[in-house]
Amino acid sequence: MAIRTLEELISGAPAFTGLSPAQLELIAGCGANRHFAAGQRVFTEGEDAESFYLIREGAVALEVDAPGRGPLVIETLHENDVVGWSWLFEPYRWQFDARATVPTATVAFDGACLRGKCEDDHELGYQLMRRFAALLIDRLQATRLQLLDVYGHAGAA
Amino acid sequence: MPAPPEGPDPGPMVPVPFAVESKRQETADTWTLELSPAGDGEMPFAPGQFTMLSAFGTGEVPISISGDPDRPGALVHTVRDVGLATAAICRARCGEVLGVRGPFGRPWPVAELVGSDVVVIAGGIGLAPLRPAILSLLARRERYGHLLLLYGGRSPEQLLYMDELQQWRARGLEVAVSVDSAGPEWLGHVGVVPRLVARASFHAGRASALVCGPEVMMRFAVAALGQAGVPAERVHASMERNMQCGIAHCGHCQLGPTLVCRDGPVYRWSELERWLRIREL
Repeated sequence: MAIRTLEELISGAPAFTGLSPAQLELIAGCGANRHFAAGQRVFTEGEDAESFYLIREGAVALEVDAPGRGPLVIETLHENDVVGWSWLFEPYRWQFDARATVPTATVAFDGACLRGKCEDDHELGYQLMRRFAALLIDRLQATRLQLLDVYGHAGAA
Repeated sequence: MPAPPEGPDPGPMVPVPFAVESKRQETADTWTLELSPAGDGEMPFAPGQFTMLSAFGTGEVPISISGDPDRPGALVHTVRDVGLATAAICRARCGEVLGVRGPFGRPWPVAELVGSDVVVIAGGIGLAPLRPAILSLLARRERYGHLLLLYGGRSPEQLLYMDELQQWRARGLEVAVSVDSAGPEWLGHVGVVPRLVARASFHAGRASALVCGPEVMMRFAVAALGQAGVPAERVHASMERNMQCGIAHCGHCQLGPTLVCRDGPVYRWSELERWLRIREL
């Protein structure tokens, strides 16, 4: 089996689509493969958000701990999804918990490393921000639909 | 039970007595009832059609038929208890008689889908009107391309037909399920059903879609289908309005220039979308 470089692994993900080989190389320079066992915590609410993850294979559940109700899953992320935005914005702390629901392979990126490269290369920063903003809008719209609780009311019978 | 007396056809406004043959609880507030005619005969129907179902002395409501169109002798409805009439129907015991008028309405265009990949998108109890279409597609599995069900619900406890989903998978239907929220014991997808469209595998150039669920969900689902390359002309949706007579006389279910009981409930989305943009409708 051919071994794929990190650049190749990340180039197909929507977050990095259309970036030049040089930009992909810069981004991949901040990444490393990381695996999580089923049930293993990826990150925990309140901890420093030093990295983010691109799922290569598997699934990660975003959870929030509700007192008296236990952990609630608010979204499940899958192959080619990015896990984690908090590394991008101060105070760089995780707002939710994340847990692998099945054995999961990711590329983990060092957030400080990538922020530094974006400061040095504003074109890279702009291109990354454009893509991440599109992903954020997609998630925001999905979350708004989720908040509507459309199945909670009388529907077609 | 004695058979009803022979006589002239009473017409579409007179309920025909059907007895509750069996019932099964699907979720906390939803039941599936199998009815059989109190007299002779059966009620042939096409997938997507509905009946006006009545609990005598309480009320009458439009309910989609959720049974197998190849078994017209068994009239099956899945009913959610959301009001007086539906509560009375859900409470009906085996042997009890309900009134049935119909079947009414324009069905899913199942024959038109031959040779296509078919993406079925259901939200909540919207899976019930799609069940006859799914059974019809699976009964003639070789005529269709990839068959895919994307099914969303509020929580794992409120999903319908969970046992059947496994059987449908075994018969050649790819099934993806998503819920809006869940506890950590749920290992399936959590998120809204339109997001399943982006990760679904089908050939957009030869795909058609059947969609049923809350109207907001359908709008988002159709937008996701459009982004995936499925045009509105190949999307069919089942609409809900205030059907009362079922035979296009009373006008309660008007939607634009159409009457849902006659011109729907299944519409081509390209026919429908201009009317959905008018909020007063």
